[in-house]
Amino acid sequence: MNAAESTARIAVEVKELTVRFGDHLALENVSLSVPHGAFVAIVGPNGAGKSTLLKVLLGLVTPTAGEVRVFGSPPNRVDPQKVGYVPQFKTLDRTFPALAEELVVSGLRRSWPVRIAKEEYEAARRVLERVGAGHLLGRTVSRFSGGELQRVYLARAFVRRPDLVMLDEPATGIDMLGEADMYRLLEDYQKETGATLLMITHDWEAAYHHATHVVVLNRRLVGFGPPERALSERCLREAFGHVGHAHGISLSFGGGDRA
Amino acid sequence: MLMVFRCPLGVATVLEIWSLPFMQRALLAGLAMALLAGYYGPFVVQRGLSFLGSGLAHAAFGGVALGLLLGVEPLWVAFPFTAGVALGITWVQGRTHIRGDTAVGIFFAFSMALGILFLSLKREYTAEAFTYLFGSILAVSPADLWASSVLLALTALTLPLWGRWAYATFDRELAAADRVPVILDDYLLAVLVALVVVVAIKLVGLLLVAAFLVIPAAAARQWSRTFSGMVVGAVIVGGLSVVAGLMASYSYNLPSGAAVVLLQALIFTVSALFMRRI
Ligand SMILES: Nc1ncnc2c1ncn2[C@@H]1O[C@H](COP(=O)(O)OP(=O)(O)OP(=O)(O)O)[C@@H](O)[C@H]1O
Ligand SMILES: [Mg+2]
Repeated sequence: MNAAESTARIAVEVKELTVRFGDHLALENVSLSVPHGAFVAIVGPNGAGKSTLLKVLLGLVTPTAGEVRVFGSPPNRVDPQKVGYVPQFKTLDRTFPALAEELVVSGLRRSWPVRIAKEEYEAARRVLERVGAGHLLGRTVSRFSGGELQRVYLARAFVRRPDLVMLDEPATGIDMLGEADMYRLLEDYQKETGATLLMITHDWEAAYHHATHVVVLNRRLVGFGPPERALSERCLREAFGHVGHAHGISLSFGGGDRA
Repeated sequence: MLMVFRCPLGVATVLEIWSLPFMQRALLAGLAMALLAGYYGPFVVQRGLSFLGSGLAHAAFGGVALGLLLGVEPLWVAFPFTAGVALGITWVQGRTHIRGDTAVGIFFAFSMALGILFLSLKREYTAEAFTYLFGSILAVSPADLWASSVLLALTALTLPLWGRWAYATFDRELAAADRVPVILDDYLLAVLVALVVVVAIKLVGLLLVAAFLVIPAAAARQWSRTFSGMVVGAVIVGGLSVVAGLMASYSYNLPSGAAVVLLQALIFTVSALFMRRI
């Protein structure tokens, strides 16, 4: 395989990335490359720099050092239409008058709609139904529950049919059945489109069962690879300091990296 | 005049009121203001900048006073002065850990103090300053109308930006991730609001300018399910209150700004009481 071909198969490339906020080091010398079509779960303790990593890839945070490429370009050169994002903390204005479909259509247009065209409404309806939120059409966002809002944000991220999806703790607030549906949706979407998925999660079990790759992060990159290997007891212990609250999970898929 | 008092809303009287050139100028200026405030007001309200309108009005006072002191048209000094303060407030908000309202409060007091200083340096009696404090329909000059028209034209040019402004107002991080220049837009909106405030001063008076930006939008919020609907509602509330307020002002010899703002407050109260908030 020549060089051009091999870069074409890499969706996200991170080289020696360091991010510093004032004198706080959020990410230190992180390098990884994610192939096209991978479903990557990112795990790590609170404050590990997981959200910061996604924000760097979105161009929202500027690296202190190192280099980042998304589809071969620096983040702020990538066509935003190719990227779908569900943030961890919604910075939305809850008092803003908005209908669910308007929020979804904003994901199509990258701008707030004055008036929604028929095709846009249909696209919004289809994707809302797919995330189990069809009944939210015509309702105002200000009254949504946490899980309802999360579903509409998921719909907003997928409506543009992105090649790269970044989800920051997407299961937040979603009920248990809904969670299973969500993972099915992610896997189906990925099979259908060949898109690359990056998902931050605290659910190791979900990471183990659904992801093709797992990133274990604790400011530095602790592990990166197939779930069985990255979620090894050694990696988790290194990232979290202990695996006590894994409740046996470490037993069920530990040891892969021990060799 | 007598007839006006006896029957303020008769057809003949209405025609008579609007045939007066100064009332026509006031109406035009007032409707331009209703359009401008209806367009920018929802951004001001949803971005939690209601206090900004008030702060900028007081900043404008500093500019007006400087104009009076220098003996030049106060508005031409107030425009750059107020726009400069708007930039300053936005910068302080973005750069420091000071909350928005505190930044406004600091600039507000600073400009007001400057204004008082300037007025005191001018030894003659400055009755004209009161026109700017309280507003007067008699004071609207053709030059003011030109200023309103230019600002309306400028605003029309920003129509293509409305979608991304609204997007960033709803969720700033999503808009930024979609490459909306949110910081540039903060400055742009602050300066445009500053210009609106200065244009409105002659008519409404700087003490009441903020109400114009806030109350119609807040009233419209009570019954709007969409942001575009809120803008339309704010323009309608502003327009109705201007027409009725000016007529009441003429008929009962009331200060125009106060009459208009009281009507707006009435519409807001009725909306808040009778509309199910959606
Ligand atoms: N804009 C910022 N300014 C200063 N410090 C920041 C900023 N953003 C993040 N940090 C710090 O960087 C570190 C990493 O934050 P980040 O949000 O990436 O963590 P995380 O791994 O997503 O954690 P969590 O699981 O709690 O969401 C934290 O210590 C946080 O306080
Ligand atoms: Mg996070």
